[in-house]
Amino acid sequence: MTQPTANCPNCGAKITFRWSGSVQAVCEFCRSILIRTDLDLEKVGQVADLPPNASPIQIGTEGIFGKRAFSVIGRIIYEYDQGNWNEWHFVTNDGVSGWLSDAQLNYAVTFPASGEKLPRECKIGQQYTWDKQTYIVSTITKAHYCGVEGELPFQYWDKADVVFIDLMSHSEKVATIDYSEDPPLLFLGESVDFDDLKLKNLRSFEGWS
Amino acid sequence: MSPAGPTPPGAPQVKSLNCPGCGASLTVRSFGNAVTIICESCHSVLDAQDPKLRILQQFHAATSEDRPLIPLGSRGAIRGVQYEVIGFQRRTIQVEGVSYSWHEYVLFNPAKGFRYLTEYDGHWNDISILRALPDESGGGATLKYLGETYRHFQTADAATAFVLGEFPWQVRVGEIARVSDFISPPRVISSEGSGKEVTWSIGEYRSGRDIWKAFKLQGDPPAPIGIYENQPSPMSSNVKSVWTMAGIFMILLLTLAVGVYWTESDEQVFEQMFEFNSSAGGEASFVTPVFQLNGRTSDVELTTNAGVDNDWIYLNYALINQDTGHAYDFGREVSYYHGYDSDGSWSEGKTSNSVTIPSVPPGNYYLRIEPESDPNRGLIRYVVTVKRDVPQASFFGIALLALLIPAGLVTWRSLNFEHLRWAESDYGSPADGSFLSTVGAVVDSFQSGDDE
Repeated sequence: MTQPTANCPNCGAKITFRWSGSVQAVCEFCRSILIRTDLDLEKVGQVADLPPNASPIQIGTEGIFGKRAFSVIGRIIYEYDQGNWNEWHFVTNDGVSGWLSDAQLNYAVTFPASGEKLPRECKIGQQYTWDKQTYIVSTITKAHYCGVEGELPFQYWDKADVVFIDLMSHSEKVATIDYSEDPPLLFLGESVDFDDLKLKNLRSFEGWS
Repeated sequence: MSPAGPTPPGAPQVKSLNCPGCGASLTVRSFGNAVTIICESCHSVLDAQDPKLRILQQFHAATSEDRPLIPLGSRGAIRGVQYEVIGFQRRTIQVEGVSYSWHEYVLFNPAKGFRYLTEYDGHWNDISILRALPDESGGGATLKYLGETYRHFQTADAATAFVLGEFPWQVRVGEIARVSDFISPPRVISSEGSGKEVTWSIGEYRSGRDIWKAFKLQGDPPAPIGIYENQPSPMSSNVKSVWTMAGIFMILLLTLAVGVYWTESDEQVFEQMFEFNSSAGGEASFVTPVFQLNGRTSDVELTTNAGVDNDWIYLNYALINQDTGHAYDFGREVSYYHGYDSDGSWSEGKTSNSVTIPSVPPGNYYLRIEPESDPNRGLIRYVVTVKRDVPQASFFGIALLALLIPAGLVTWRSLNFEHLRWAESDYGSPADGSFLSTVGAVVDSFQSGDDE
């Protein structure tokens, strides 16, 4: 597979897309936020310094979810009143885009899903059923965009406060409703054990092997 | 992870910062994951997400200073993964005017995340956050999780009384959260919620010795006091197995008994009637003709049937091997009394008596018999019957008892343990009649065990 390439309109560096579906990328050299248009790349912003963050995952981390291998190609960092969390954007070896979230080292893998009748508002404890699985609202978080890195499947930069509704279930299935778009986006997946992902190319931590 | 490659920019390092409250140096052990950090010197509660470590709270620890049994910075292996102790807190609940405190340790691994240890009176629990919600359809009395039933034990409002180190949430001294515990020893599921959000966690009982070993601590762990809510009963796991074993052995025993009953020959080798005149005086002892005990070494049953009626006869017996001279000496009394009194008719004793002599080898034997009775009684007739290889139901009875006693004992001790456990719950004070609920708990624990 040939990977699409382009040059950064800001510094001229070569930008290689790891996934053909990527809409947004960040130049590794000048940290410009670039949006892919039909022809070229357009600079829409600049990434500020990322907040101190200690996710063991990084761009280039590879792992396995179920039977599919994936590699991490981008991320969004969100900040809320209890700190921040990472949504790592990955693409599977069969070309599907998904998210590996790391919220204080609690990990979940989710994929975009089509959900009908997504609630405009809801309360903790309310139940919803998608794909025959019942989910229960566990947390409602108001967060804001705090930084991006790498490739994303949509434009995501400079957003205002966004509400996230996290749902759990009686199994390890989880759901997230993301209100950054209208209509809101639904993601379905499951909470995972770090070891089960068999991750490679992780960051190293001083004093830990 | 390999040291060969270049370290990526901004690889997380253990940070050293200074406390804005007192200037003491602070070690940040959880990289970017801490939300709150508490200065060990001045006990300022600091915002770990703020580069300037804004002071959120200052508390006076003078009266409540507490030293963690596992020092901050200690590392130990829990389930094969290295964790570092990064935070410590004491929490307190009030029950009927008495306050009870326990300690919580925050454990951290940069990839695996957070885990917790709790300690109460020398009892430890290894705790992690649940990724799936338990089934609460039991209406608050029970929970179901992974096919296992957890019984509600206690609900209380826990106040944070002392904090130290790093926490992955906003911690404040004085903050109160409602904590409910549901048990299925050795596990406990706890819900903890301030306001609407509830966090579920699962704990597994650990002994102090396990913890000391994991963290390579010096000395001995504090000895556990009393019985803790999810402490595994040393008995309860045995109750089921001891009854299973008893059942298996009872079936074996029964099979054996039937087998023995069919194979034992129950052979009569001697029978003769004798007369004894107690009034005659003189030497009463005599010997019987010789009879043979054939076959294998077996038990010998000697039965005396005497014509006694409101009196007694006592017989000194010796079963003597003619070839070796070896004698089995024993005495038997046959007495039978009956009559009427104000309560109606009564009777005592029997006109016959049997005795079994175990393991008598084959050979030629005779009996020496010396009868005694009331000198005024006169003539008494009695029949002596000797049988060999007689099935002994009493042996099986004893074996049965030997099986039932330990099973019963284990059951009793288990019930007693459960009683003491539940006495500390919301459902029992030691004085009330909660023993039945204890029995219910034990029965439930079997049923939930069957679900697995």
